[in-house]
Order: sequence, then C-alpha cells, then structure tokens
Amino acid sequence: MTGSTDTDGGVVAVRLHSQLESIWGTPGGWARLSAVNHNIVGKRFMVLALTFFSIGGILSMLIRAQLATPDSAFIGPELYNQVFTMHGTVMMFLFAIPMFEGFAIYMLPKMLGARDLAFPRLTAYGFWCYLFGGSILIVAMVLGYAPNSGWFMYTPLSSNVYTPGINSDVWLLGITFVEISAVTAAIEITVTILKMRAPGMSLDRMPLFAWYMLGTSGMMLVGFPPLILGSILLEMERAFDLPYFDPTRGGDPLLWQHLFWLFGHPEVYIIFLPAAGVLSTIIPVFAQRPIIGYRAIVVAIIAMAFLSFGLWVHHMFTVGIPHLALAFFSAASALVTIPTAVQIFAWIATLSYGKPRFEVPMLYVAGFFAVFVLGGLTGVMLAMVPFNTQAHDSYFVVAHLHYVLVGGFVFPMLAGLYYWLPHITGRLSVHRLSIPGFWLIFIGFNLTFFMMHLTGLMGMPRRISTYPSSFGWDWLNLLSSIGGFILTMGFALVLADLVLQTRFGKRQVRDPWDAATLEWATATPPPSYNFASLPHIDRRADQLKPKEAGPALATGAGYLGFSRGRQETLAVDMTTGRVEHLMVLPQRTYLPLLTALVTGVFFLSLLFKVYWLTPFAALAAVAMFCLWPAALGEKKDLGPIDIGNGEAVPSSEETHYNLTVMANITAVIVDATLYGSLLFGALYLLVVAPGWSETLSLAPPSPMLVLALVFSAAGTALAWLARKQTERGRNPMLVQGGACLSQLLAACLLSALAFTIPDLFTHARGAISFAILVYMSLHCAVAALISGHCVWRMRGGYVSARRQTDPRLSVIWQGYALACAVLGLLFVQLLAGVGGLQ
Amino acid sequence: MLGAVTGCAAPLSTLDPAGPRASILANLWWIMFVGAMALFALLMVLLYASHRWQTAMQKLSPGQWIVAGGLLLPLPVLVALTVSALLIGEQFLARPADGSEPTRVIAAAERWQWTFSYPDVPGAATTDNLLHIPAGVPVLVEVVGRDVIHSFWIPRLGGKMDAIPGHTNTTLIEADEPGRYYGVCAEYCGVGHETMRFIVEAHPVDEFAAALGGEEQ
Ligand code: HEM
Ligand SMILES: [Cu+2]
Ligand SMILES: [Cu+2]
Repeated sequence: MTGSTDTDGGVVAVRLHSQLESIWGTPGGWARLSAVNHNIVGKRFMVLALTFFSIGGILSMLIRAQLATPDSAFIGPELYNQVFTMHGTVMMFLFAIPMFEGFAIYMLPKMLGARDLAFPRLTAYGFWCYLFGGSILIVAMVLGYAPNSGWFMYTPLSSNVYTPGINSDVWLLGITFVEISAVTAAIEITVTILKMRAPGMSLDRMPLFAWYMLGTSGMMLVGFPPLILGSILLEMERAFDLPYFDPTRGGDPLLWQHLFWLFGHPEVYIIFLPAAGVLSTIIPVFAQRPIIGYRAIVVAIIAMAFLSFGLWVHHMFTVGIPHLALAFFSAASALVTIPTAVQIFAWIATLSYGKPRFEVPMLYVAGFFAVFVLGGLTGVMLAMVPFNTQAHDSYFVVAHLHYVLVGGFVFPMLAGLYYWLPHITGRLSVHRLSIPGFWLIFIGFNLTFFMMHLTGLMGMPRRISTYPSSFGWDWLNLLSSIGGFILTMGFALVLADLVLQTRFGKRQVRDPWDAATLEWATATPPPSYNFASLPHIDRRADQLKPKEAGPALATGAGYLGFSRGRQETLAVDMTTGRVEHLMVLPQRTYLPLLTALVTGVFFLSLLFKVYWLTPFAALAAVAMFCLWPAALGEKKDLGPIDIGNGEAVPSSEETHYNLTVMANITAVIVDATLYGSLLFGALYLLVVAPGWSETLSLAPPSPMLVLALVFSAAGTALAWLARKQTERGRNPMLVQGGACLSQLLAACLLSALAFTIPDLFTHARGAISFAILVYMSLHCAVAALISGHCVWRMRGGYVSARRQTDPRLSVIWQGYALACAVLGLLFVQLLAGVGGLQ
Repeated sequence: MLGAVTGCAAPLSTLDPAGPRASILANLWWIMFVGAMALFALLMVLLYASHRWQTAMQKLSPGQWIVAGGLLLPLPVLVALTVSALLIGEQFLARPADGSEPTRVIAAAERWQWTFSYPDVPGAATTDNLLHIPAGVPVLVEVVGRDVIHSFWIPRLGGKMDAIPGHTNTTLIEADEPGRYYGVCAEYCGVGHETMRFIVEAHPVDEFAAALGGEEQ
C-alpha cells in the first residue's frame, strides 16, 4: 500500500520536475549567456570571486617574496606599489564582497523558500558588471597600468598632478563599475528577504542567516553611495579639473578620506556579517541543538549595522581631528565590541548546551574563533587614540586587518564551503586533504601575520617596498614570508580538495548533516526552480525537518505544486508572512548581458577619454533599460489566482506594495544617501576647507532656479493627479505626459544653470554647486523618463485602476526629484552667499 | 626589549622608548597586551570547555552566558580602557606644566624629503632630513604637507602626525637624553615613500641654538 503511494509520488515528482525544468531551466551552449537563474548566477559569482582570490593571493606572494629579505631588488618600488594596491583592491572589492553576494544569491531563495530572487535579470546584470569591471582592473594590471595609490586611493596622491597616468582612472572607473553589482545585489537581497519568503515565515521565524543578510544589505544600501560619490568627484577632478579636493582652490583632501571611510568602515562589517551568518547557521547544526539567543543575536545585528556608521573616523585618528570628535569615535569604536561579544557568547553557549559533533566545517569554525578574537582584541587597541598614533599605518595595522578579514571572513567562508558544497555538487567531501589543508592555513596564517604585529611595533611602516637591514626587522619579515608560503600551500590543498570532491565525492541526495533549515529540502544539486511546490512554515525556520519536507514538496504537496507555463513564485506580507500575491518572474534573456556591455562602453569611453561617446553610451544604456519592463505586466485585470491548497491571491500587478514598488523605494534610499553625501561634502568644504571667506551674504535666488523649482513642483502635482485619476478608472495619458514634460523643462533649466557657473574651475564652491545642480537636473530627467515610460505603458494597456504600478513609480520619482530640487536650491543659495577665494 | 630578542638594534622601535610620551605609549601597549592575552586565553578555554566540560559550562543558563559574556565582561574593560586612553590623550595635548612655551619646529614634507625650520631660533638655517631638537624638554612640531599627504613619525619619541596639504597639524615630541634618533614617513606618498627617512639630533638644551648656527636667546 505505502509502497505503491511512494511510486505514485515518485511518478508525480518526476513529471512535475520535467514540467518545471522546461520553464525554469537554462539550455546549454550560447544560451548560457542568457542565464538569469539564481542557481547559475550565484555559482558564477562564487567561482569568479575565488578566481580573484587566487589572483589576490598570487599578488600577496609577490609582496612577501619582495619583503623576505632587506634591500631586496626583486621588484622595484613602481611595480611594488601597483602590486600592493591591487592586492588590497582585489581582495576587498573583487573577492570578499562578490563572494558573499554570490553565496547569498545562491542560498537565500532556498533558505527562505522561494523559487528565485526578486529580480533575476538584475542579478545577471550585476554579474556582468562585476565581470567586466573586474576585468578592466586585471587587464590594466597585466599591461602595467594598475592603480598604484593604495586601496584607499588617498588624494592628492591619486590626483592627476601626482598620478598623471591612467592608473587612478582604472581604479575609480573599474571599481565604480563593479559597485553597480553591489548596489543591485543589495536592493535585490533586501526586497527578497522582506517579501519572498515561504508562506507562514513571519519576520521572527526567519533563519538567522536571513537576518544577517538583511542587516548586510541594509548597510550596503547606505554604505556604498559615499564611495560612489567620492569616486565620481575624484574622477571629475582628474578628468575635468574641477577642484573638489585641491586645497589651493578651496577643496580639501580630507573630504575624500571622510567619504572613503564613511564607506570603508561599514564595509568591514558588511564583510563580517554574512560570515557571522554562516557561523550562526553552521554552529547549531554541529552542536545538534537550536541556536541560543536568537533574539539577542538579531538585536546585535541591528546594533552593529547602526554602530558601524559611527566609527569611520577611527581610520583618521592622525589627520588632526578635534579632540572631542576623537573621544566620540574612540568610544563608539570600543562599543561595537559589545554586539560582537554577544554573538560569540551565544555561539559558545549553543555549543555548551548541545552535543558538539566534530566535523571538518567545525575545524574551520574553531580557526575562526582563535584568529578573529585576536583580531578583535587588536582592534580595541587600535581604537585607543594614543596607541593608534604609534600603530597606525604600520605593519601592526596590516596584522590587525588580516586577523579580522581572514579570521572573520575567510575561515567562516571555508567552513561554509565545506558545509554547503554537498548541496551545490550533490557529493560528500573526500576529507583527506581538508584536515592537513586546515593546519597549513592555520599555522601559516599565524606565522605570517603574528610576526607583523611585532614588525609594526618595531616601527616598520606599511606600503614600503624595501627596508635596510639596520632596523631589526629582518628575521620577522623572513618568518612572515615563510609563513606566507605555508599559507599558500594550505589554500592550494583546499582548492585541490574542493575539485576532488566535485569530481569524485560520494553522491548523496538530501541533507547529509541533519540540518534544520529549508535549503536542505531541495534535491542536491538543486533543480533550477528549487522547490516543486512551496512549503508552509509553521515554526521558526531553523527548526525544520528538511529530510521529511523535501520529498513531500517534490510531489507538489505545497503551494504552486503545478505548472502553468510561467515562472511563478509567491510573495508574502513583510512582517506576518501571510501569502500576499503571486509573482511571475521574467524568463531568461540576453538583455542583462547586452545592457552590461553598453554600460561597459560608457565606462571605457570615460577611461580612454573619448568623451563624445559618453552621452551616447549613457543614452543607449538607458534605452536598453527601458526595454526590460516590456516583458512584464498584464493587459487585463485577473483577480485572485489559484495558488493551490485551496487558496487564491492577486497577481503582483494588482498589489499595492509589490516588489517593483519596494525596489524603487529602496533605490530612492540609495540615491538619497548619495545626495546626502554630496550635500555633506558641500557643507564640509564650506566649514572646514581652507580658502573660503568667513562672510555670508544671502542674495535672492536666480529666477531660473525658481522657475525650475516651479516646473518640478508642477510635474509632481500632475503625476499625483494622474495617479488619482487612474484610481478612478480613467486613463489620463495627457496629465501623465504633462508631468513628464514639466519635469523635463526643469531638468533643462537646471543643466543650463549648472554649465554657466562662473567659478567652476577656480574654486571648490563653483565645482560643488555644479555637482549639486547636475544631480538635481539628472533627477528631474529621471522623473521625466519614468513618467514618460508610464505614458507608454498606459498606451499599451498595462495600467488600470487595479494595475497601478507605473503611475505609482511616477509619483515616487517625481516626488523625489522635487525634494532634491528644493534641498538643492537651498544649498546652492547658501554656497553662493559665501565668498569664494579669500 | 624586542631588539634583544631579535639580536639586533631597533632604532625605530616603539617598544624602546626614549622620551616620556613614547614611554607612556609603550606602557599602554604592554598593559593592553597583557589584558588581551588574558582575554584571549579565557575565550579559548571557554571554547574548549564548551566541548569537553559541558556540565561546568551549564552552571550558567544560556541567558546568563549572553549577559555575562556580551555585557558584563567587555563593558568594564572597555570603559576603563577608553577613559584612561582619553586621559592620556588629553595629557599629551597639555603644554608643559610650568606654563612655558615649548620650542617650536616646523616639519615640512615634500616628495620625498623633510625640511625642518626653527622659527624660535633666529638665524637658524633650515635643515634637510635632519631635525635638531633640545633634549629633556617638549618640542612642538608643526607638521605641514607641501604636495601629497605624508606622516611625521619618530617612533621612539612619540606618536605620528599626518602632514596634509592645506592643513597645519601639531604634535609634541620629547627626548629624555641627547643623542641620535630616527624618523620615517608613515603615510604612503609614492615611489620614494620608503626613502623618506630622517635623523633626529637631540642636543643638551644649552647647546641647541649653537648646533643650529643660530643666536643664543
Ligand atoms: C593569502 C594570504 C595573504 C597574504 C600573505 C597577504 C599579505 C599582505 C601584505 C604583506 C600586505 C601589506 C602590503 C604593504 O603594506 O606593503 C597586505 C595588504 C593588504 N591585504 Fe593582504 N594578504 C593576504 C590575504 C588577504 C585577504 C584575504 C584580504 C581581504 C579579504 C587582504 C586584504 C588586504 C588589504 C586590504 C591590504 C592593504 C592594501 C593597501 O595597503 O593598500 N589580504 N596583504
Ligand atoms: Cu574601521
Ligand atoms: Cu611617505
């Protein structure tokens, strides 16, 4: 009896699988380039990140070879400077961030119980931006034009006076290109976690990894904009001589440092949080009990996310900062230890109350504990301002940062790799090389970097290509170099082990570790659609029984356990996890690749200074983006749609806060942070920079500026009116069109103003006013574009009283443009009132 | 001390201080070092205990572990450390106790050399990559950058201070004894960064002006 049900179930499962696979799958050959599925793109991210890790590793070996002996002539200072700059840049921007992004892209939908991420095409676009941007850096390095001003690119050193070649441009443009993928990933991850969970998974039932990623993506949304802004300003200074950072013309090099570390410090936590999420997932599995302190950990994550934005000045303790500020940032830096300690003790308590089982991932977890705790302790030391004045910019800092990054990221990621590789490959570990690999890494690491604390205390500055024998650093450096090579052998063993496991590991079907999270309910390796039907979650999602749930879901027992020929998945209410609407995800397409290629042309035109091409490339990219929504939407109202289990929900088009609207709100947050950083920059220069007069004389604003404001306000009012009328069942294309036109006029007026600023090249006041006006103008243009696009959608019949996504977007962006215009006007007036050159 | 361990002289070692400020910093380091090692050992023991001595570990409830380890353990350590570090920092700011003005020198950094001038010694010539100071008294260094950012650092006499174009930063250094010390540029400044070292000559106070070829005040 049961036997026959099992076979029936088997038949059903196989049929369902082939139906779903035919919709969600990606064929081989050239069609691979059109892949948008998170399984594929996530793996691509991780493989590429590991490739960059190898490149960064080889560069670090060059560094250690050069420094092994005093007065070494192996590579001269010119090359050395490129090598250490690229090592840091590659490790931070091309390895660490993309690595966890790829991991989250691959894993989050499975842990949350969704079939894909919210915006699959955006995932793919992000990947191509990462690949192309990273390639620009690597190609430049191979040709000998790598950036050489250090990974934080301090200006004036990186300015075109002191680095006249293309090197700094490669960094500024290449990294900004890569950052597109970080921003798109952050938006996508935020929306996915908030909306795309299995029915019943309320916020407080989310597995901790989702909480960690929510914290991470939230930090990325506000962490990256300052860096992007800084890079744009510095590139404008290099390319067009606009003096933002030049102290002889009212700029200030310290503005760059503030913008960089406003990003750079949160960045460290952006890297650490996902790794801590991995630990909070793995430790309970091997302790064989649920995590202790779920709520405390959630609070700790939120505390870290907020605190980490109040610490950036601890990288600038020696630039001559007022003492009160020093005290504040020193105390804040010490305070961030508390949430970290909370997590560490939650893990220790979990192990103490469990039945710890020692497997290979736990070996790496133990490595994490030892290394990361030491890095944290030296971090507290560095937060103490007086000590910092000795240790800063010495090898002590190099030691500290590697203890934190390798301890807090590489070890947890290796633990995660060994833990989840059976999921990705469907094979078990061979285990033979993983243990010697661990010991080589652990010993090699400590030998390399422990010595550096001492070299630093003995006065060795970082970033020097050679040193004389007379300072007593010889032995320590030699030991560091020997350790470095042991470390590399360890990584080589692990790499070999991973390849062996992928090729020869024993096959397994599901959940080899007796885990309790949803990702193990998929078959392994997972099918493109993850779950043949979506589960209902009735308890905390780190206490499930995936071994039992998996086969049932495969036979279609959950939601959406059928195929209607479209890529369907569910969205839930943000907090309660009640099913809210049905989403139809877009199919695979070459659009992301093509759009990324056009974006690449944009960046290359800037890099090679073919400026006539730049506007065309930008317009082409915008035009390509306008093609994206064409595949989406409905031409008629559908009403509630059956999702199985006797339930029916509306489509996403007929939902108020659908994912598109949420993503646009998130994008506004990113954008507003960028604008905020720009306005902060303006205020900073006005107050702190040398070469500004003290007097303030406020004149009435220019009539053109006021007129632009009026047009912008009119556009917003019209967009609002158009949405109201849509709601009443009308199709107000004219009104919406008027909104577009009005905002367009505002944009034109503002650019006219921007390009007629008198002291554009002579003083930072003109340059920063220019940046503000251009920003205002661009955002009026964006609002006009969105409203125009809305008219197009209205003509196509995609908009109705129930399908209001496009009119809503129009209101959001129009309103944002108006807000920018108002604030911008205030700032431009303020700047105009302060005399320029003294 | 470490110089002895590694068997050679360590003219740039912060752990071999030669002045009151550098001594305080070295002491701060040793205190923190001992404290950090104790905390590290504690954590490693706890990690071991969580696997092997579980009955002992279960004497505290899960909630107690989080409160004890996450708050009660770090908070007092952090408060004590931060407050004393801030007090040390304030003390460094302070001018000499007797109210006298410290001798001023100007350290100007330009790729890739240091130029020192002595506004308090009339007639003193500027010196390149050689800084003269009086021994036994605090010296106020005005650090200025002429092109890119550099950083002024004499590890045995005190902490570093950045030389930033457009800004003038000040820092106090002090050598206990006359003698020769060494300084380096600590902020990366391009291909010549590692060559940007300088020598510090500390003279007995009454020979200082003469050493500069200036007039006695
Ligand atoms: C594979 C083993 C590694 C070795 C042997 C190594 C070695 C080094 C060394 C010797 C320096 C100092 C260069 C100098 O100041 O002249 C350095 C700098 C740096 N490393 Fe590593 N590293 C390794 C892995 C990593 C990892 C995994 C990361 C990050 C995730 C990383 C991030 C950095 C950064 C950000 C810098 C600063 C670069 C700069 O000063 O601009 N390193 N590394
Ligand atoms: Cu930091
Ligand atoms: Cu330098």
